[in-house]
Amino acid sequence: MASWIAACGVDDVDPEDVIPFSHDGVDYAIYRSPGDEYYATDGHCTHEKTLLCDGLVMGRVIECPKHNGRFDYVSGKALGAPVLEDVRTYPVKVANGTVFIEVG
Amino acid sequence: MNKERLERYSLTGPESQAAVAAGLSGGDWFRSAVPRKRMKELMRRSDYPAIRDTIIWLGLMGLFAGLGIAFWGSWWAAPFFLAYGLLYGSTSDSRWHEAGHGTAFRTRWIDQGLYQLASFMIMRDPTTWRWSHTRHHTDTLILGRDPEIAVMRPARLARLLVNVVGLVDVPLAFALMFRHAAGRLTADEADYVPASERHKVYRTARIDLAIYAVTIGLAVGFRSWLPVLLIGGPRLYGALLLYFYSFTQHAGMGENVLDYRLNTRTVTMCRLNRFLYWNMNYHVEHHMFPMVPYHRLPELHEEVKTDLAPAYPSIWAAYKEIIPAVWRQLRDQTYYVRRELPPGAAPYYQPGAINDGRALPLPVVSTGASAA
Repeated sequence: MASWIAACGVDDVDPEDVIPFSHDGVDYAIYRSPGDEYYATDGHCTHEKTLLCDGLVMGRVIECPKHNGRFDYVSGKALGAPVLEDVRTYPVKVANGTVFIEVG
Repeated sequence: MNKERLERYSLTGPESQAAVAAGLSGGDWFRSAVPRKRMKELMRRSDYPAIRDTIIWLGLMGLFAGLGIAFWGSWWAAPFFLAYGLLYGSTSDSRWHEAGHGTAFRTRWIDQGLYQLASFMIMRDPTTWRWSHTRHHTDTLILGRDPEIAVMRPARLARLLVNVVGLVDVPLAFALMFRHAAGRLTADEADYVPASERHKVYRTARIDLAIYAVTIGLAVGFRSWLPVLLIGGPRLYGALLLYFYSFTQHAGMGENVLDYRLNTRTVTMCRLNRFLYWNMNYHVEHHMFPMVPYHRLPELHEEVKTDLAPAYPSIWAAYKEIIPAVWRQLRDQTYYVRRELPPGAAPYYQPGAINDGRALPLPVVSTGASAA
């Protein structure tokens, strides 16, 4: 059953950056866009089990730190080799200075 | 010996399955701790350094080619063609490499444009080699997994020596072009190139063969070697620096390890060599953090050097170690170069008893199927 989980404070993640978040043994990546909007995806690249939170955010693109696999973290779309499979995204909301993601 | 050696390094042989079973494939590699804020600064993309360097690079090639053509018919043309050939046939490797990682430029289409050009010059299919290099970074010097191990144990010395003028790589590249143009991959390529990407390989091979056919047609039509000296030929007569630089990366070092400090070298080079090699002499740093652009690698070196064995002070110093090591490995395949880490460095990361760098045979697993 889906539920909203508090992931981080709004200031825990810098603009145009990403931080890790774990819940129930599952890794997520929480993004803050250059326009101060928040997004969430699975924590790992779909190509190999590499944490996306160590990668580089440029605009609305996250680059995997291992092989330069690139995703649109807003839609989850894979943007070319070596990533061929989209990354799962999660609904996000912000309330009282806290970023929540909907999991489950 | 040759068949046994090739089987050990084959991506479809028993070592591949054994490496997966031993946890060496897709392993958790050691990386130095660098604060996130600093790493973001180092990874940040910029167009300027690579545009500047690429204009200089292409400009020099144009200049040397022009002078070679101007002096065509006299021996004065030779040094200019040699310089052109080295830039074309050797330094396209480092441009291919950096652009393949997507780190050379901030603007994606410029990066990919350089990747396509450099792939053509170095005679590597841009798709198969992208996947090959991806695997090289996942499983660096893991036997049966890494398709880019240049110096095996024991080394194929005759092959390495004749290849300094491309006499192995170029015929192989053309054989692959014909194979790809016919819509087929090798067994190793099929191991790492996904089915959805293969049509690009076949298309590129047909385009490349058409370019070479026109080049040869012009040479025959004008009864001149000039077209071949300008296109394709430099991969033979200008290949020396490619191998001179690239053997410093891993030759003689540990195999089947999960710590880049055990299987990779960082070598201090002068400014000219660093321009030609696009800073790939900082190779340990590059493997630890492949998303750091070439022009930030000297800064990355400063961040992590306390964890590394001292950089080799020169190319000569590296070869003083490589040549005896490779020679000794001809009769002792358990030998490898293992360097002392400085006091205070993080210890070598060796999670399993098997992966100590000697590349001892791994236990063979029962399933005979190749990796998907």
